[in-house]
Amino acid sequence: MKVALLPEGLRSRLQQRVEEASGQNVLACYQCGKCSAGCPVAGVMDLLPNQVIRLVQLGLVEEALTSQTIWYCAACLTCAARCPKGVDLPRVMEALRELAMERSGDHLPPDRLPAEALAEWPQQAVIGGFRKYTW
Amino acid sequence: MEAARDREEQHAGHGGEARAGTGRRIGVFICHCGSNIAGTVDVRRAAEAVRGLRGVVYATDYGYMCSDPGQALIRRAIAEQGLDGIVVAACSPSMHEATFRRTAEAAGLNPYRLEIANIREQCSWVHQEEREEATRKAIALIASLVEKVRGDDPLEPLGTPVTRRLLVVGGGIAGMTVALEVADAGHEVILVERGAQLGGRLSQIRETYAALSPLAAPLETLVERVREHPRIRVLLESEVESASGYVGSFTVTLRPALPAAALAGDRGESNQAIGGTQYEVGAIVVATGYELLPLSRLGEYGGGRVADVVDALEFERLLADGVLRRPSDGRVPRRVVFVQCAGSRDPEHGVPYCSKVCCLYTAKQALLYRQRVPDGEAIVFAIDVRTGGRRYEEFAQRAVEEGHVLYLRGKVAKLFRQGDRVIVWGVDTLAGRNVEVAADLVVLAAAVVPSAGAAELGRRLRATTDELGFFREAHPKLRPVESLTAGIFLAGAAQGPKDIAETVSQAGAAAAKVLGLFSRPELVQEPTVATVLEELCAGCGLCVSACPYEARSLNPRLRVAEVNAALCQGCGACVVACPNKACVVRNWRPEQTLAMVGAVLGETPYRSPDAGE
Ligand SMILES: Cc1cc2nc3c(=O)[nH]c(=O)nc-3n(C[C@H](O)[C@H](O)[C@H](O)COP(=O)(O)OP(=O)(O)OC[C@H]3O[C@@H](n4cnc5c(N)ncnc54)[C@H](O)[C@@H]3O)c2cc1C
Ligand code: SF4
Ligand code: SF4
Ligand code: SF4
Ligand code: SF4
Ligand code: SF4
Repeated sequence: MKVALLPEGLRSRLQQRVEEASGQNVLACYQCGKCSAGCPVAGVMDLLPNQVIRLVQLGLVEEALTSQTIWYCAACLTCAARCPKGVDLPRVMEALRELAMERSGDHLPPDRLPAEALAEWPQQAVIGGFRKYTW
Repeated sequence: MEAARDREEQHAGHGGEARAGTGRRIGVFICHCGSNIAGTVDVRRAAEAVRGLRGVVYATDYGYMCSDPGQALIRRAIAEQGLDGIVVAACSPSMHEATFRRTAEAAGLNPYRLEIANIREQCSWVHQEEREEATRKAIALIASLVEKVRGDDPLEPLGTPVTRRLLVVGGGIAGMTVALEVADAGHEVILVERGAQLGGRLSQIRETYAALSPLAAPLETLVERVREHPRIRVLLESEVESASGYVGSFTVTLRPALPAAALAGDRGESNQAIGGTQYEVGAIVVATGYELLPLSRLGEYGGGRVADVVDALEFERLLADGVLRRPSDGRVPRRVVFVQCAGSRDPEHGVPYCSKVCCLYTAKQALLYRQRVPDGEAIVFAIDVRTGGRRYEEFAQRAVEEGHVLYLRGKVAKLFRQGDRVIVWGVDTLAGRNVEVAADLVVLAAAVVPSAGAAELGRRLRATTDELGFFREAHPKLRPVESLTAGIFLAGAAQGPKDIAETVSQAGAAAAKVLGLFSRPELVQEPTVATVLEELCAGCGLCVSACPYEARSLNPRLRVAEVNAALCQGCGACVVACPNKACVVRNWRPEQTLAMVGAVLGETPYRSPDAGE
């Protein structure tokens, strides 16, 4: 499979948004893979954590946004503690989640939920469900 | 002796005014530097303008003053016009001051009566859009230097003798190579080694990349030659306690080495003297080598507490045994995992730089392991395999193709003990897979770091180390074997990670520098150093603490300051510090400086047409 590299140039708008939202310079990552090697959730991820950041480096942010990995990431901070380059990968994951949620619109329209359900369901889950789960 | 010289000088040091009146005949030579200067500064007009300056009897401009015809022009003018002072208006003095001073000397003029007005870097290059202002600034700069030349004394370079004896600190391959070269050339060498034997790290290394050539025998021969050499004195278990002096004439105090624990302590503690011996030497070579980052610094890799996880030097020792056995239970390891970049390229937890030798020695160790244990498996985790150097890439490929060493592309995240094996969590980013390997033995290519105590040694010798403790060279490209302190040279891994070939080359270069120094009859030094006007000096000592080069001291008997001219760099810090105006740097007397400032501000007294000065 061949992709068009850097469709929007070397520093795309989306890349910059990921960097702004995460406060990380994604180019600092030198792709050693140490984050992936120690990630406790990597077994169920469709992309390894280092591959997610690689996609952002290549300007293929859209692909990162549709991966399951960004939702599986448990924000356990293991990778951030180990990264030799001080890249805070969980923040990058969070930035990608925010971007994904921003686009996806509401999945659970709160005004159309039955009152009993609202009373019973855990509030965290309801709020989390508004926008999460993009597909 | 120095004080005597200073006293002599101070008589000459007075009377700048009288000097100015003694009919200076100054010539000004303005260089076009092609269009570098003339493209911006109106050189004709500048020459015209400075002709009217007090003391100036001749002014001209020329395409390239530094060229042979340009220099001939200066020599001819000195002879024909009877010039006794010169201002060359050209590029920075760091470019050609020495050139033009030689030109003046060749024409019989004292070179210290020639000054450079920098009208290129400090004028034409920075004012390319403002031609008029640039021209006026050039005239002002020249006028200022004319004022300086009016007050310049003829000076003679200072000569200091050279002690033709070398101190080498560190008895590894670097130190031994320098010692032999210099001793073979006929000079005495003192070689201090902190450890109990010569050889450094190489005494732990059996075979070397890329040819897998055996090292023990040639190293043995080298050590023997050093020990037997009539002109080399080897001091084992010794170290430098203190050093003073300057190039050509250092005094060093050596003492028995303190145990490693004291090195780790603060410096006040390790400074206490335990009966040192003094030696006079003319040059010092620092060859203190390296050590490996302690495993305790690598927490994720077991922090040194997991059995059968060793650093690469320890693995060299295991390889040297008849049968390769792992430390915990003496079994022959059937699967060995090598972890590259352990602490290197890791600004967060280790060191930021690449340790340079580990890619190659890991390939070597993996190959050697496969030779010793033919049915064993060797697995290497590497982010990159860096093989710059002759035949190095071929060697690394040999490990893969012939040695069947499996390289995985990725960094190890963690390792831990499980039963009698070590579990390694890594990744192969090329396949995009996390991997888990159960190993019998894990070898960490721990980062190369400076020897313990290197920064402290640097302070004692006044040779600077970088923020990591490697000794700093005077210029990374052009002066790679000299330290920033004249007379102190660097060899080997003390300056940064190096393999044997690089170490030996640098050691040869350091030896050549030492021999160059020892071949000079005496050292000549710039005479533009500080002096003391004794009748003004109150002996307060402020200048002593202001001097960054430890060139000043108080004479306890006369209670006045003294200058060690060999150490003084003419920086002028003492001049500023002295409340009594008793410090004066030769040819930078206060009245000269004030006249220069006055000239720049346009207060230059133009010679009245008929004054005939
Ligand atoms: C595991 C491993 C394998 C290697 N294999 C190879 C290889 O196959 N081929 C290759 O080319 N290179 C190899 N190298 C690199 C090689 O070890 C170095 O290039 C070489 O040792 C550098 O020599 P040196 O004299 O500069 O330093 P060192 O060998 O470190 O010697 C320095 C000496 O100075 C002494 N010293 C330190 N401080 C003081 C002090 N303050 N006062 C007095 N003495 C002091 C030390 O005790 C030591 O004896 C390997 C390195 C490692 C870690
Ligand atoms: S550990 Fe850090 S540098 Fe290495 S791949 Fe992950 S984010 Fe990049
Ligand atoms: S923060 Fe996310 S990506 Fe990083 S180790 Fe934890 S689960 Fe894996
Ligand atoms: S030489 Fe190789 S193993 Fe050593 S730090 Fe550099 S890249 Fe890593
Ligand atoms: S000029 Fe500088 S180096 Fe010389 S004695 Fe004064 S302070 Fe020291
Ligand atoms: S500062 Fe001036 S007065 Fe004081 S000791 Fe130095 S030279 Fe003498």
